[in-house]
Amino acid sequence: MKHTINLLVENNVGSLLRIAGMFSGRGFNIDSISVGSSEEEGLSRMTIVTHGDDEIIEQINKQLNKCINVVKVFDLTGEAFVHRELALIKVQATPTERSEIMQIAEVFRAKIIDLSPTALTVEATGTEDKINAIISMLQPFGLKEVSRTGRIALKREFQGVTV
Amino acid sequence: MLVTSSPEVEKSATDEKMVAPQILTGAEIFLESLVREGVDTIFGYPGGALISLYDYLFKEKRLRHLLVTHEQGGTHAADGYARATGKPGVVLVTSGPGATNTVTGIATAYMDSIPMVVFTGQVPSHMIGNDAFQEADILGITRPITKHSYLATNVEELADIIHKSFHIATTGRPGPVLIDLPKDMLASKTAYFPAVEIDLRGYKPTVKGSFKQVRNAAKFLQGAKKPVVYVGGGAILSDAAAEVTEFARKLNAPVTTTLLGLGAFPETDDLSLGMLGMHGTWYANKAVDECDLLIAVGARFDDRVTGNLEKFSPHSKKMQIDIDPSCIGKNVPVDLPIVGDIKSVLEELNPVLEKCESDAWLQQIAQWKKEHPLRYSKSNDVLKPQQVIEELSKVTEGNAIIASDVGQHQMWIAQWYKFTQPRSHLSSGGLGTMGFGVPAALGAQVACPDRTVVGIVGDGGFQMTSMEIATAVRYNIPVKFIILNNGYLGMVRQWQELFFEKRYSNTHLNPSNPDFKKLAESYGAWAMQVKTLDELQDAFEKMMTITDRPVVLDVIVDQQEKVYPMIPANGSFENIMEAEE
Repeated sequence: MKHTINLLVENNVGSLLRIAGMFSGRGFNIDSISVGSSEEEGLSRMTIVTHGDDEIIEQINKQLNKCINVVKVFDLTGEAFVHRELALIKVQATPTERSEIMQIAEVFRAKIIDLSPTALTVEATGTEDKINAIISMLQPFGLKEVSRTGRIALKREFQGVTV
Repeated sequence: MLVTSSPEVEKSATDEKMVAPQILTGAEIFLESLVREGVDTIFGYPGGALISLYDYLFKEKRLRHLLVTHEQGGTHAADGYARATGKPGVVLVTSGPGATNTVTGIATAYMDSIPMVVFTGQVPSHMIGNDAFQEADILGITRPITKHSYLATNVEELADIIHKSFHIATTGRPGPVLIDLPKDMLASKTAYFPAVEIDLRGYKPTVKGSFKQVRNAAKFLQGAKKPVVYVGGGAILSDAAAEVTEFARKLNAPVTTTLLGLGAFPETDDLSLGMLGMHGTWYANKAVDECDLLIAVGARFDDRVTGNLEKFSPHSKKMQIDIDPSCIGKNVPVDLPIVGDIKSVLEELNPVLEKCESDAWLQQIAQWKKEHPLRYSKSNDVLKPQQVIEELSKVTEGNAIIASDVGQHQMWIAQWYKFTQPRSHLSSGGLGTMGFGVPAALGAQVACPDRTVVGIVGDGGFQMTSMEIATAVRYNIPVKFIILNNGYLGMVRQWQELFFEKRYSNTHLNPSNPDFKKLAESYGAWAMQVKTLDELQDAFEKMMTITDRPVVLDVIVDQQEKVYPMIPANGSFENIMEAEE
């Protein structure tokens, strides 16, 4: 089963390496990992998407807790939480194709952030499924480059209602 | 938390607050911080990146530095020091090869949760990453085998990093911590503030067991008819031998120990089953196989203990006490877990324990002990290795500190030396490091000058670190070494005989083994070759009188002897092989 785990970690190079190394050294999977600063100075928030059976997930949580740099581990799975991914998609586009691509972008509430005579770059945010969908839609035009972040997530403040 | 230290140091720290702080170099702060941590011994080896630090050491009178012969030996010696005392072992080596030579020793300590702080020299900060002379990314290399590590680039942070490292190494589930010291940082100066608050937001080990869970445990243990207490190295690390003993006696339950748990319960006690697992006693394995309650105390259900997990102790409810939550339920599902320090948890649990109705079970076990004792056949032609250990156990009355290497002799020590005290059996259990025995014994003798310390090694492992005899001679350390010399890599040879149709691939050492007596004597040790029981007894008598240098006994033993009982890898109790009667 897929699990989304949020971590608060001390903000230094060693932290990321220790965590990534723990995953590879113990044979755990990382589907995605994204790191950035958090609400607190000196701490980074890391969102790791992983998968495994219950025992493996329990070990992953325990082993993350053991890392000295990890301040807090929060497995969001089973909770109500919001999550997003960001993608930048550079698509080949002749002037005649542009409007069609722009229409697709609009349906996905994506933005065009760069334009050239032969290509344009789409910025899309959303769930993994939505990003996969827009990429599939843009594929026929010819994908020049795709850059995706991993999932970032936060627990819903109000747990009573889920979307 | 405030770093604790002796009253004198506390006093001087208070005095220092009133005057302007001293301006010290990184090297001086390093030494001050070690003294504040109560370090008395450093095992080290100098080199380019550390020359300036060694210059300060030259004048330092408050702690002693032992020059080892190889950095690997230094780490094992610090490990032996730590296992024998519970205090963290301290290692100091130079950058590059000095640092990489510590890797095996760090991994050994990591696998067995031994507190150790390793300081490695590093090239100057501005040259890091430049492929400088004697540069190695030792933080990267050791990250998977350290509990934590630091690069101390900033001299202002050095004292803080050192105190944090000692705190991390010695608390919770202990382990090695590495600090990389760039050369320029050691030379730069800063104001030194000795009192340090340790604040590690991500590190708060659970020491005290949950009150509710301890109460549940007392209930959980009631009604068992066939209990077994299974004690691991955690009980030794927690200094909980007395509490474990009280627990077992109050519960009226027999005790089996893992390799690293030996000494946590006196083997002279009727409740002792000796070691369990692959080469454990028949009756310990039988008891674990049949019990209805298994209580793991600081043990992690290692594969050398459990064999086939599906068939391990199939009829028992299981309880586990461990300070490391990740050890609980990792290999075997546990019905009642308690996270906490063994000593602290048992102090809470022992007063509310009720005795089990286990008299019939204990009688059954006594019967098994009679029917299936540990045994070997003596011979008039050649010494048996078990005989050597048995004799040593008698001569030292089970009170010596025994360091072992890895292989057959390690198992024979575990089986035949009757340990009565904790911190007396030093063995690389997790990593299984050949070459551990000689330096570990050396380190233990440095830590415990008044105890008899014997390193028992095979002829293979001895040659991996035998150069540390030079260290023992250098400092007049009267540590004893017994080589159980069978001319083979005996454990591998045993597997080849049993499972590989006697194809002895690359396990015969004899034609090329040196004359160990001459080798030892050339270092300045006292040495003797032993072939008969008379000579052995004579040698033991003589070796006890030598107090000013190391002793090496080259004991020629049976080449064919095998370790029994044996449960083959991934087997279960039904696969146990016993020695012939």
